[in-house]
Amino acid sequence: MRWDLIAEAAPDLLEGTWVTLQLLLIPLAFATALSIPLAIARVSRLWWVRALPAAFIFVFRGTPLLVQLFLIYYGLGQFETLRDGFLWDNILRHAYWCAMIAFTLNNTAYIAELMRGGINAVPHGEVEAARAYGMSGLQAYRHVILPRMWRIILPAYSNEVVFSLKATSLASVITVLDLTGQAKVYYSMYYEPYDFFIAAGAIYLVLVFVVTRILRGVEWQLNRAFRPPKTMAAAAQDDAPGAAPRGVANTTPAA
Amino acid sequence: MEPTWAYGWMIVQGAGWTLALVLTVIPVGLLLGLMGAAAKLSPFAPLRWVADGYTTFIRGIPELLIIFLVFFGGSRALMWLLEGLGLPDVRIDINPFVAGVIALGLVQGGFATEVFRAAIQSVPRGQIEAAEACGFTRWQVFRHVTLPQVWRIALPSLGNLLQILIKDTALISVVGLADIMRNAQIGAGATKEPFTFLLMAGALYLMITTVATTGITLMEKRANRAYRRA
Repeated sequence: MRWDLIAEAAPDLLEGTWVTLQLLLIPLAFATALSIPLAIARVSRLWWVRALPAAFIFVFRGTPLLVQLFLIYYGLGQFETLRDGFLWDNILRHAYWCAMIAFTLNNTAYIAELMRGGINAVPHGEVEAARAYGMSGLQAYRHVILPRMWRIILPAYSNEVVFSLKATSLASVITVLDLTGQAKVYYSMYYEPYDFFIAAGAIYLVLVFVVTRILRGVEWQLNRAFRPPKTMAAAAQDDAPGAAPRGVANTTPAA
Repeated sequence: MEPTWAYGWMIVQGAGWTLALVLTVIPVGLLLGLMGAAAKLSPFAPLRWVADGYTTFIRGIPELLIIFLVFFGGSRALMWLLEGLGLPDVRIDINPFVAGVIALGLVQGGFATEVFRAAIQSVPRGQIEAAEACGFTRWQVFRHVTLPQVWRIALPSLGNLLQILIKDTALISVVGLADIMRNAQIGAGATKEPFTFLLMAGALYLMITTVATTGITLMEKRANRAYRRA
């Protein structure tokens, strides 16, 4: 390992890491926000409300992210009306924003599919109870269904975030200088693949570790109601030999 | 033939390389996955550490980076080897197809390790205990009880991995393989109609994915034929 080369590349690699984080967090935020109405439409009883979201999700999950990226970056330039419009100079001409748009759309499709599964997995009793209280559809979603959905989805969602992080490396293919892009630039300068790519890989591993930790913390917070209580009697029970932890997983009554 | 049509046909030919890549990587990935799962569940600790390192590595590093490492790094590694053996001036380039198979095989193997491990561990304990009570050795239990059921349990997740594999093959175009993406770009470059060609490429990928998913669903139905109406 040529540590001197890595030291030389370090500032640029860190700069690339910052771009990678932007490419991760901004699309993720927008995608999560967009997925919620999309998923709600996807589970509608009316077929014509379901159709468009279903088609969107099918297309964006079924085609490679690279195709979507190229379509937005290279493909949109085919249309003269777009090239003359005002969107072109400010947004669509820049690889950075094209990558943002592509990642947002792609993430929206995957997260919406996750949310669909989550919404369907909300225990039906809770939904019925919400209706029995006279909540309208919107209220039921806001107070009952969506919070429950989040707790169900969170492990798969954190998986999705990790996949998103790995997908940001594709931006390097359309000339965005993210972490992978910087590593590639230094590789083409020095022809030392291992040093730079392994350094970039190590940084990605650190990022994944941090992201996973944060999301696990969120999971812990959301599951506060299901952790063992802290009273003395409960603690005494916990100390008894052979005691099992209380919680949703353990539904048999204690002896 | 009019240019758009001619290049369009080229894209379909590129699908040949894509399918070749997918069909070659599937056995490699499955094999690595089974070996990795066996290593992860082994009582021999260093083997577990190697397998854990493998999956952590693969799940944490972007596929593109792995492809670069294998493609650019692999050539360097082979040249360095030959240097050691006394042939310093030989230049080696790894075929993008081979680099793709190795890289994607490693990636799929990493994910498949987790899938197989979870499947092996979720075979109902009662059946294993019953087999042991009947006097089966550990290996016999594995071969007659666990393994036949692993296929059924793992199939949905493996189908997922297949979908991911089909989409990852597009990345190999970045290192030069003449697959769907690459030919679409060539066509786009020649006719200045990137949208049209990329749309064609996307439609082709959708078709391949749909066929693959349908195949997996049929296999799932057949594997679960004893469990229908469960």
